[in-house]
Amino acid sequence: MSKPSHQPSIGWRLQLWRGFWPTQTLSAIVGLLFWAMGSPPVITMVYSLLIGNFCHLFITLGRYGLPMVLRRWWPSRFAHMDQGFPGMLPMLPVLALGVLLAYLAGTTIGDALMGLSSPMPWHGSNRGALTVLVISMLPAIAGTYYFASRTRLAALETQAAEAQLRLLESQLEPHMLFNTLANLRALIGVDPARAQVMLDHMIDYLRATLTASRQSHHPLSAEFSRLTDYLALMQIRMGERLQVQIDLPADLAALPVPALLLQPLVENAIKHGLEPLRRGGTLTVSARRDGQTLRLQVSDSGAGLDSSSAAPAPTGSGFGLTQVRERLRTLHGERASFSLAPAPQGGTLAEVRLPWPAAPAFPDPLPARP
Amino acid sequence: MSPVTALIAEDETLLAQALQMELQRAWPELTLLALAQDGDEAVEQALALRPQLLFLDIRMPGRTGLEAAQAVVEDWPEDTPLPLIVFVTAYDQYALQAFEACAVDYLLKPVQPARLKACCERLQALLAQQHLPDDPHKANDGANEALLGQLRSLLATRALGSTEAATAPAEKLVVVQASVGNVVHMVPVDEVLYFEAADKYVRVITAEREYLIRTSLRELLPQLEAQQFWQIHRGTVVRARAVAQALRDDQGRVQLLLRDRPEKLPVSRLYAGRFKGM
Repeated sequence: MSKPSHQPSIGWRLQLWRGFWPTQTLSAIVGLLFWAMGSPPVITMVYSLLIGNFCHLFITLGRYGLPMVLRRWWPSRFAHMDQGFPGMLPMLPVLALGVLLAYLAGTTIGDALMGLSSPMPWHGSNRGALTVLVISMLPAIAGTYYFASRTRLAALETQAAEAQLRLLESQLEPHMLFNTLANLRALIGVDPARAQVMLDHMIDYLRATLTASRQSHHPLSAEFSRLTDYLALMQIRMGERLQVQIDLPADLAALPVPALLLQPLVENAIKHGLEPLRRGGTLTVSARRDGQTLRLQVSDSGAGLDSSSAAPAPTGSGFGLTQVRERLRTLHGERASFSLAPAPQGGTLAEVRLPWPAAPAFPDPLPARP
Repeated sequence: MSPVTALIAEDETLLAQALQMELQRAWPELTLLALAQDGDEAVEQALALRPQLLFLDIRMPGRTGLEAAQAVVEDWPEDTPLPLIVFVTAYDQYALQAFEACAVDYLLKPVQPARLKACCERLQALLAQQHLPDDPHKANDGANEALLGQLRSLLATRALGSTEAATAPAEKLVVVQASVGNVVHMVPVDEVLYFEAADKYVRVITAEREYLIRTSLRELLPQLEAQQFWQIHRGTVVRARAVAQALRDDQGRVQLLLRDRPEKLPVSRLYAGRFKGM
């Protein structure tokens, strides 16, 4: 993950608690292994559990302590070190020291409990101690790796949930929502019939937005219908300033496309292309087959790319476009692409290229609404 | 007392008409002078017709409502009291915080009759204060100073009302890259004395010469250190260290003399308060 986290995803106390039962299991397995190699079962199990639990304690403390110490002493170099898992390489000395300390602590307490004497109760030679140390290292590394990945996974899930929320927020943009409601309120007084039509578009738009998160694909005709709803709302607001052209060939209507993929592109074209212009302009949405590629285009005759910003901070890096790129990459990898370029006749052209689907997933197309 | 006059600036026709109707209901004596459809038209009409009240939508084509307010206030003639400004917005989370802090009134879309009524009553009270018979100048000065302060703090909330979301604070500019023909001049920001807006460009003035860069002052501002570069007009940002003297004339207008340049820079009334003795 590129995003450095300054806060540990979970605290060390919780980490200790979560690791408790896996530690007992792992220690028992190591004990069984030694037993199988000929060590006395009860004694082996006691030492294994003791050393295992101390390993867990020391290594967890090290995982959280090392980044804390490094960040305090060399803030310039280690400011972004992840607390809870500093990376596998810095973890090696932590592991080695943790296992050594755990071995010393475990055998000392084990000796006291069993009335035996270290270094190794069942061999009595230094080589035995070394063997135990090395063998303790392996489950320690495996365990550390396992816990670290689980922590990562939890962080990733949180991020995914946040992205989902932001997606919903961007689709139900409050500015758009309240402006639409204000128009609706105005229309009710002067033209109730048109107000009803507007409300119907809004209902469809809201329903589509709220269900889109649960539905990964829908037919191209449904995609265009949702855009039509949105554009109808915008046309009531912008009046003559927004002209719309929708071009969906009938033979493409049933093709499956990622749900509401084009929505951010249309919003972008209005927000950055047409809304800043007093005279407004035309927005065109079209679909074409090009060999084994499905080309979806959203173009506007608006302000164009560079007029809004000559500085290197492009408005095109906004969340909406990032989201389109991310979705394409996740779904199709290199086989899909997205581009944003000046349109030949002025304005901006956004194009999504999707691989031609093997078979239409929606053989019974919904009729596209006018 | 002559009827109170107002101007509405709103780019969405239906909303402009609705606000007009609701205003008529809430304040029948109010005379609407014009409906402007974008920020530039609002400034033009306001300066030509000089209404007492301005209802400005924040997001409009051309200038935003806030930029329009700034331009109106800066170019407003000295002999008339400044108009009272009410901002209208559907949802601007940054603006709302600023509005709460300031006494400037604002309306949320959809505009609700009860809220509009309260707003009108407030405006009526403020107008009544303007017309206090004793010492009208003093009362006006106080009201004006309050309005200027409010507008300044609103404008300071950056990216306000602009279509881009105010996300991360911009990185500070170190070098201005100005192209002249095929050559790109690397001008250290430390050498820049002032920036001046010129149509779609910004003039970059150093002690020796000047350059043109294709950007807007609005985009440039967040990239400048606010401590070092002071805005003195909607079109001018000057390096504080480059200023030698601030001259105030009888009418309270302020001009700046620079250390390394002969020209004088006018300071708008919005920012004149910044040049006072310590």
